[in-house]
Amino acid sequence: MAKLTYIKAITDGLDQVLQEDPKTLIFGEDVGKNGGVFRTTQGLQDKFGTDRVFDTPLAESGILGLSIGLALTGWRPIPEIQFMGFTMEAVDSIGGQMSRNRFRMSGDVSMPITIRTPFGGGTHTAELHGDSLENMFVGIPGLRVVTPANPYDAKGMVISAVENNDPVLFMENLKLYRSMKDEVPEGHYTVPLDKAKVAREGSDITIVAYSAEVNEALKVADKLEKENISVEVIDLRSLSPIDTATIFASIDKTHKVVIAQEAQKMAGVGAQVASAIAENDIMSLDAPIGRVAAPDSIFPFAMAENDWLPNADDIEAKVREILNY
Amino acid sequence: MAANSKHVVDFGHIKSTMSDPYKKPVQLIDENGKIVNKELFDRFSDDDLVNLMEKMVWERALHEQTMNFSRQGRLGFYAPTYGEEASEMGIAHAMKKQDYLFPAYRDLPQLIQHGATVKEGYLWSKGHYQCYDYVRRGVRAWIPQIIIGAQYVQMAGAALGIKKNGEKDTVAYAFTGDGGTSQGDFYEGINFASSFQAPAVFFVQNNGWAISVPRKTQTAAETLAQKGVASGVPGVQVDGMDILATYLVAKDARDFAVAGNGPVLVETLTYRFGAHSSAGDDPSRYRTKEEEKPWFDKDPLIRLRKVLTDKKLWDQDKEDKLVAQYKDEFKQAMKDAEAAPKQKVSDFLKHTFEVPTPDVAADIEKFQAKESK
Repeated sequence: MAKLTYIKAITDGLDQVLQEDPKTLIFGEDVGKNGGVFRTTQGLQDKFGTDRVFDTPLAESGILGLSIGLALTGWRPIPEIQFMGFTMEAVDSIGGQMSRNRFRMSGDVSMPITIRTPFGGGTHTAELHGDSLENMFVGIPGLRVVTPANPYDAKGMVISAVENNDPVLFMENLKLYRSMKDEVPEGHYTVPLDKAKVAREGSDITIVAYSAEVNEALKVADKLEKENISVEVIDLRSLSPIDTATIFASIDKTHKVVIAQEAQKMAGVGAQVASAIAENDIMSLDAPIGRVAAPDSIFPFAMAENDWLPNADDIEAKVREILNY
Repeated sequence: MAANSKHVVDFGHIKSTMSDPYKKPVQLIDENGKIVNKELFDRFSDDDLVNLMEKMVWERALHEQTMNFSRQGRLGFYAPTYGEEASEMGIAHAMKKQDYLFPAYRDLPQLIQHGATVKEGYLWSKGHYQCYDYVRRGVRAWIPQIIIGAQYVQMAGAALGIKKNGEKDTVAYAFTGDGGTSQGDFYEGINFASSFQAPAVFFVQNNGWAISVPRKTQTAAETLAQKGVASGVPGVQVDGMDILATYLVAKDARDFAVAGNGPVLVETLTYRFGAHSSAGDDPSRYRTKEEEKPWFDKDPLIRLRKVLTDKKLWDQDKEDKLVAQYKDEFKQAMKDAEAAPKQKVSDFLKHTFEVPTPDVAADIEKFQAKESK
């Protein structure tokens, strides 16, 4: 097994699905000859040709509208939206169109579209490049929203997303692209799209996180272990649907929970997790639900990003607060 | 039909020179029923002419009967097609069964001509899932789009899909109105199809009004056809009250696109005789009788009726009988629509995802319990 970066693991997964299914197509801005602005699709056009991997005009609504028409004519599109902030241009295609088509056709039409898009703060990008916009999308019925937190999951989940017959918004974390390596198996394997993972077992408190915050949570767990505090970390992986069973099983054991996300606090993923716990498993808790999230403000100017983004220190402080309640 | 010896519009010339023919609407018969282009007119056999007239009479009858149902409270949203019969049926007549149709909400008549049923049209208006049975039957048509512009970008994808599938003699069509040309998706759709040189024909049925906003407020551009030029797509205007001209241009556009020349944009000049929709829109709030009058004089049925009557191919008795027959069919379609089974929320939930998520599965059970009571 090779040690791969998160981004190379995704490239590997895309290579795999292009090999296995001749109906798969990769397209978007700069994904062809240039291999994507981050090189996620590096080498794929050379290997599979310009009919399968191609550049499009610069228009996100066009790219996702194109995906719908291609899906209706028998293709399995894997469009890239260059940065998640740019999905704002294509909200109708996602929420008004592709996610509704199975319902419209009573199950007789599938929209096997995987929208890959990078997101996430900490790399000091231009405006609307690093925003975490998942809170906008998790409220759309018929759309899966997933995000891997490590290279192994990245490859297995991108293969699962492409093989899934429903539209999947596949969020790739910019900061993780080249900052971590994992053992990643060669060839075909899948990681389920709707199952959370216990990233680290523990018994005193549960941290529910996803994407880059999983790594922040793991840092906290390492640090507190030295004080004999045992932290369980759950990586949601799927933001819609949310695997509440794994969360409930954990808090039934730890009786305390902190939910950490990089996105703003209003509504969205963390709020949904808190609500699900409050509705179904509140009696397991012996302390309030703790939340760590970005403030409800605009994603900041790049030079101030690190002051705004929630990090391991914020999670640690919240964990201590809940433990000492 | 004999109308294939010579093309009416030289799209290739327009495309290579981006010259001005798009500013001269094609016309064969004028509003007085005078044949203004005999050479082109002679391409139509008597049977062709009668067939086209019957289609317009069918659409007019469909409109009248549907408005009656609407007034009786038996329908939901309906966008009247009164006045646009030549534009819609001229285009529909040029379509082939294997072509993909991406309609908007005012395009039920073309959708029905392409293989949907009147009953399905009524179910669409009422809001019942069986309205899309035509897709299940394999009719190559998508939903009457509500989000104006979306049909343009999706159709570009279908056109590219046709090309990638290597399907010959197949094209994709999208429809919008004058208001729709202001949407970003309008341009994105045309431009994507052009970039990929996909077999696509985009129709703009310019009926003068987007609810209460007139054509001149949409754009200062002289024509809507010229909006294709910026993306390398030849555009042409046609007299959309002249079904013969509309048909020939639509057919030429199709021929051009299926020959691998890339997309075409056709603007039909027509008029919305009635309200925007059956749901309380009152045109007297924003337009005058003086404006409407010259357009009513251009009624597409009047001019072809005169031509056919002069040729002894048509008379009022024949038309009355046809209208009565069509209306009987529409009444039956409405009865069939009203007999559609009660819908179940649990069924909708089952079709949220291919495999229900745990939360959806719990809701399915909840609704099934309610529905079994």
